[in-house]
Amino acid sequence: MALIEYREALNQAFAEEIERDPNVVLIGEEVAQYDGAYKVTKGLWKKYGDKRVVDTPISEAAFIGMGIGASMLGLRPVMELMFWSFCTVAYDQIVNNAAQVRYMSGGLINCPIVIRGPANGGTNVGATHSHTPENWLANVPGLKVVSAANAYDAKGLMKTAIRDNDPVMFMENTLLYGEKWEVPEEEYLIPLGKADIKKEGKDVTLIAHGRAALTAMKAAELLAAEHDVDAEVIDLRSIRPLDEDAILASVRKTHRAVLVDENKPFCGVSAQIAAMLQEKAFDDLDAPVLRVTALDAPAIYAPKVEPKQLPRPQDVIAKVLSIR
Amino acid sequence: METAVKAKDYALAPINSKLSKEEKIDLLYGMLRIRRFEQEALNKYQNAGAMGGFLHLYIGQESVAVGACSLMGDNDHVITAYRCHGHALAVGMTMNECMAELYGKSTGCSKGKGGSMHFFAPDKNFWGGHGIVGGQTPLGLGLAYGIKYKGLKGAALCFLGDGAVNQGCFYESLNMAALFGLPVIYVIENNKYSMGTSLERSSVVRDCLAQRGEAFLIDWAQANGEDIYEVRASVQTAIERAHSKSRPTLLELDTYRYYGHSVADANHKGGYRSNDELDAYKRDHDPIQLFKRRLIAEGILTDEDFDKLNEEAKAEAKASVQFAEESPIPSDASIFEDVYFEVDRQTEAGRTGKHFFHD
Repeated sequence: MALIEYREALNQAFAEEIERDPNVVLIGEEVAQYDGAYKVTKGLWKKYGDKRVVDTPISEAAFIGMGIGASMLGLRPVMELMFWSFCTVAYDQIVNNAAQVRYMSGGLINCPIVIRGPANGGTNVGATHSHTPENWLANVPGLKVVSAANAYDAKGLMKTAIRDNDPVMFMENTLLYGEKWEVPEEEYLIPLGKADIKKEGKDVTLIAHGRAALTAMKAAELLAAEHDVDAEVIDLRSIRPLDEDAILASVRKTHRAVLVDENKPFCGVSAQIAAMLQEKAFDDLDAPVLRVTALDAPAIYAPKVEPKQLPRPQDVIAKVLSIR
Repeated sequence: METAVKAKDYALAPINSKLSKEEKIDLLYGMLRIRRFEQEALNKYQNAGAMGGFLHLYIGQESVAVGACSLMGDNDHVITAYRCHGHALAVGMTMNECMAELYGKSTGCSKGKGGSMHFFAPDKNFWGGHGIVGGQTPLGLGLAYGIKYKGLKGAALCFLGDGAVNQGCFYESLNMAALFGLPVIYVIENNKYSMGTSLERSSVVRDCLAQRGEAFLIDWAQANGEDIYEVRASVQTAIERAHSKSRPTLLELDTYRYYGHSVADANHKGGYRSNDELDAYKRDHDPIQLFKRRLIAEGILTDEDFDKLNEEAKAEAKASVQFAEESPIPSDASIFEDVYFEVDRQTEAGRTGKHFFHD
């Protein structure tokens, strides 16, 4: 297996799907001639040309809507938002058009579109560029929401997302773009709605998605090494559809759950899962379900302070030890 | 009552001069069907309480949808806003499926899931029916993008109202339409009022709204939407531009709506507009009456013919009411159908993970 960067894994997914399906087209700001603001689409315009890799003006509402309209006619646009934070200016198109058109047409129309880009804090770019909108989007029936925590998942999930016939909102992470993971040479797909058990354990279940899954893994290692706690770690990979079975099976085994989530706490992804656990696993729980989330304020700029706003391994460890 | 003398007689435009007698009667009948359908719907909405929600009537504007949609070829597509009944019938949707949708019945075009503002018929190249003002303008851009991407010779006719021209995404779309050379035709149906706010109170205008296309180097035109011949001639020019040059057009068609913004608009009579204004329009500018007189003058229609057509349209509308009333309501289970393609088809993707969270 090759050790490649997260961004390269995504790049491979795009190249393979462009070659596989003539209806796949990459569209967004700076994706073509500039090679992508974060170089995720590097080299693709040179290789595949103007038709398949398309630069747009800074007009998120129009180009996201354009992608949705084109997908209604059967194209498979893969739309880049330079930051998922910018979905706010395209929100009407995503929420009212991509998500609702199938339903309101009684199933006559579908939108096989992928909207993708980084959705994370932690890079000292201030509150406007640090949103984690997976909960905003997962709240809308009709949308699917995916979050990739490593290069292997990024490639496998992206290829599946492009082939999916529903609108898929794909969350990436600028802090992970340059990190490397092993990725097989041969083709593979990862289904949406299937969580990944990153580490088996018996004492507590840590549930996370995106970069928080890495935080949870680090915490699990320290818990084992320093506190004799054997934590199970679940990376959700897909928020909607959600692998509820995997979550419940794990909690029924460990009887304790701590959710680790870079999303904000109020109505966040972790809130949804906590609600689900108390409804469906109440009798299996030996302790309250606890959460480690982003601190509930706009993302602070101050480089020395912002890291504390996102879940850290020590925050996770403290919560776990509190219900030991 | 004589209409104003026109500088140009659009009956002589090539796209109109080649019309057969039957085709001209069809245009008239198309307008009559919309009017009779909507008046029947209004009657049932007000008197029978058979429908919920909003009802945005198109009456007074029929020449625009019928004239424009009569020009559609296989690769020409239509999308519009929430005042969509006229366009739906004009592209060939049946009164039955449309009336049943207003009634919220499972036999409706959207299975009772869309309602008045959300009619769709992709098999007839009709992509809605969209509820958010201006929100359909990027979608129209996308239809044109898809047409061009597939190498087809076609156009996307994207209708919007005079209120929608002040939405930001519309200007983003105009810029991209010109930048990318997309075969989209934005048709502003200027009925003078964005809900209760008159054009003068909502828009900065030098000569007309379509003139704003100049800022984007887009060919633009303004035409009299009450004359179906003029509608066809002006839209045909835009379609030819789209087909032969893959260039956009911004076309403004002046028209008027007889009823309120929606049926819930209590202020439209003697409120934000005068009764005199409304009466004058109905008397002198009604697109159906104008075309009727025109066809009588051309010697291809009599008053009796007209009455017969009107009765036929009325009968079809009444039959559609009966169809709607006798149709079943959607099942409770159908609430969860048509949300996700993969779930509906029970594909492997649709069977993986939990998609709905109410339990």
